[in-house]
Amino acid sequence: MMPIFDIAIVGGGIMGCGAALRLDEGGMSTIVLEQGDMGQGASGVNAGTLSMQIKRVKLMPYAIKGHAEWAAMGEAVGFKKTGGYTLAFNDHEAELLSARMTMKREAGADISFVTPSELSAVEPYLAKKVVAASYCPDDGYANSSLTGTYYRRRIEDAGIHFIERFKVTYIRRTSEGYEINSGNQTISARRILLACGGWMKDVAAMIDADLPIRARVNTVSVTERAPKLMNSVIGHATGLLTMKQKENGTVLIGGGWQGKGTPQQGRGSVSMDTLTPNLQLAGFVVPALSKVRIVRSWTGFEANVPDFYPLAGKLANNDNAFVLGCVRGGYTIGPYISNLMGDYILGKEPEMPLFDPARKMEEGKLI
Amino acid sequence: MYDVIVMGAGPAGATAALETSQAGLKTLLIDEQPDAGGQVWRAKSRAIISAPETEYSIAGDDLRASIRGSNVEVKYHTRVWQIEKNDDDHWLLGLQGEGQRQVSGKSLVIATGAQERVIPVPGWILPGVFGLAGATALFKEHMMVPGRRTIVSGNGPLLFYVASEILRLGGQVSAVVSLNSRFDWLKALPAMINNPKLIMQGIRWILALYKNSVPIYWQHTIKSVEGKTAVEGATITAVDREWRLLEHGERYIPSESICQGHGLIPAIEATRLAGAAHHFDEKLGGWVPTVDEFGRATVPGLYACGDNAGILGADAAPHRGRLAAKAILDDLDISATVNIDDKAYHSARKFGLAATRLTIPRAGFESFMTANTEVCRCEGISRAEIDHELKTGARSPNAVKSGTRCGMGPCGGRYCNESLTIITEHRTGKNRSEIGMATARPPLRPVHMDDLADDLDYDDLPIPGVSPL
Repeated sequence: MMPIFDIAIVGGGIMGCGAALRLDEGGMSTIVLEQGDMGQGASGVNAGTLSMQIKRVKLMPYAIKGHAEWAAMGEAVGFKKTGGYTLAFNDHEAELLSARMTMKREAGADISFVTPSELSAVEPYLAKKVVAASYCPDDGYANSSLTGTYYRRRIEDAGIHFIERFKVTYIRRTSEGYEINSGNQTISARRILLACGGWMKDVAAMIDADLPIRARVNTVSVTERAPKLMNSVIGHATGLLTMKQKENGTVLIGGGWQGKGTPQQGRGSVSMDTLTPNLQLAGFVVPALSKVRIVRSWTGFEANVPDFYPLAGKLANNDNAFVLGCVRGGYTIGPYISNLMGDYILGKEPEMPLFDPARKMEEGKLI
Repeated sequence: MYDVIVMGAGPAGATAALETSQAGLKTLLIDEQPDAGGQVWRAKSRAIISAPETEYSIAGDDLRASIRGSNVEVKYHTRVWQIEKNDDDHWLLGLQGEGQRQVSGKSLVIATGAQERVIPVPGWILPGVFGLAGATALFKEHMMVPGRRTIVSGNGPLLFYVASEILRLGGQVSAVVSLNSRFDWLKALPAMINNPKLIMQGIRWILALYKNSVPIYWQHTIKSVEGKTAVEGATITAVDREWRLLEHGERYIPSESICQGHGLIPAIEATRLAGAAHHFDEKLGGWVPTVDEFGRATVPGLYACGDNAGILGADAAPHRGRLAAKAILDDLDISATVNIDDKAYHSARKFGLAATRLTIPRAGFESFMTANTEVCRCEGISRAEIDHELKTGARSPNAVKSGTRCGMGPCGGRYCNESLTIITEHRTGKNRSEIGMATARPPLRPVHMDDLADDLDYDDLPIPGVSPL
């Protein structure tokens, strides 16, 4: 029979595992409950981009701290600091790039502008149609496939309990706290932290919390091994393309093009309608890619709320229930914001403010 | 827009296409090969002007003639890389090849056949090692043998077919190394005996081996393939009833090539991509789409027939194609007759099940792969690396794949999924159904980026609103 834990965390991704490590350090007995394998949701299938240039202005301080966490994890997560370029191909995109990157620079990111000829000198395989570009030396990537292996090992080394293939069927409030059930297993804990990404809405509903969470279905593709085509992380002024070539020669192509499906239906699926322009754009930016074969395309769920800011705080109407997710740029920011969340649950003042889930949310504008 | 799209022009798929077309449905038949026939009735290369007829070549030529004389539209040399449903609930297929990039249809028949299970042994990646099924493609299409002398190793009936074909085409067989014992075969005979044609065929194969004094090692396997830069020979050894390697019976056999295969498994990537439910059934060769007796899958408008719906062999395949065609006609309320010969189908089915039974994996497969054996040849991942991942917490093939890159190369895990699952089974003590399958992801085969779409006009890119600042 399992003891009553100080806290049960639903979700074994970066957010859940990161918070678990912090809470364990702070002396709380902790258990992580994961519906599949550790770190195989959005944490394990995203494109792994660690780019300051695609972070939201208000989240920049968090992203800078998160980036430092990834750098510290280093080789074990495939961390590489390559620098990154964001490209504009027409005047409209150039204006957009100039306005957005200036604001991000003011928010603390080390972003500068480079001329097309400077760019061409360091990235000779890019299309010669670039009209403007920005550069950030801190940009890079990590290998998201290694997230699960990495965090599982750290959780195990810390002696923290975790259960994989634990799909929550119900959560019941008791006088002691919460009972979390999955089939024939029930876990009791005094506190609960929901950190289950795209699946958060359903789990929160089990304790009568109605969170306005939606899930985007982001598409990622990888090519076969190719000769050297790029040295840095490559982005597009609209945010609709991210590219990086790994050391083994494979090129990872993302950009948030939308596949089909919902978390409730299981894993999402790739849609030709969006995959095709995604890859066409990649081929436009690096023409030599059109002769390279795509080996795999897949999707991952990225949860968000209407204002596209994180949910990180205490749930209203429930004692000792917390929520952490919907962080735009969650891969980069996750290891840091989960520390803040851990501190908050431990009763300490977090280093930076969290994001009250009960705040009033305006629909974020797409510009 | 087609009424019916059939993926795979082997005996099952081509028969289904002929039947639906005959009933007046606009039918498209797609295959990646240059002509119909599938693996078993594979067409000869155009470079071969005349060749002695075999039972398979005659059946294949008949089928190809029937298709040419029908209204079935064909797209050969064409690969399907993506299967999805569009907003009207019709099937939409992404094609790789010349011409059209996409086709759509109301009903989709998946008849992608089988693929080979090859359990790695030390040295299996040396040049000169072929799969048994791969070797049959060499015989049928090119009339070539794998090398001057060949060791034929593995299980099931394919072993004896491959050995006898090598002899017929003028090659030498150094040895036949059969995992199955004589007793395994004796047990299989009652189910096979009511199919005298196939039994006779088997007897002819065995007689050919005796006539050429080919040694047959029963209940043996190749323990390692030897050679510096190419195959020079193999060490074989005896196995127990669970196919675990034994100390005795070890001997070295010189040979320039090796054909080894450990059974056929249903090729289910397409039905998985189409979203059908699957279940594990070892009698049918492994994971199969869950279908009714006609081949209706769990997704409306999707049908599966042939070996990809369970390994029953070539004789059962045309019957299964007809059953799928009947299901489509019934589902579309079209009154047309499809003649189903129940008796012949059941006899073929019984034979097929008995043959598949000889190849069902046993516990010993795991012991074939030593620590240094390369399991994932695309990414160069050894057994030891997989073991390490499982020892340090991974509990599923998906988790091992993420941690090691096993199965992430160009073959998409087609070669190593089985081995990875067998090792996972051994390490975790879980059975196949519990372990599950690695996630199905497109493309079905690697696809060139410029095969996906025509040249791009940048201004025409459907760029949605950019992300919030």
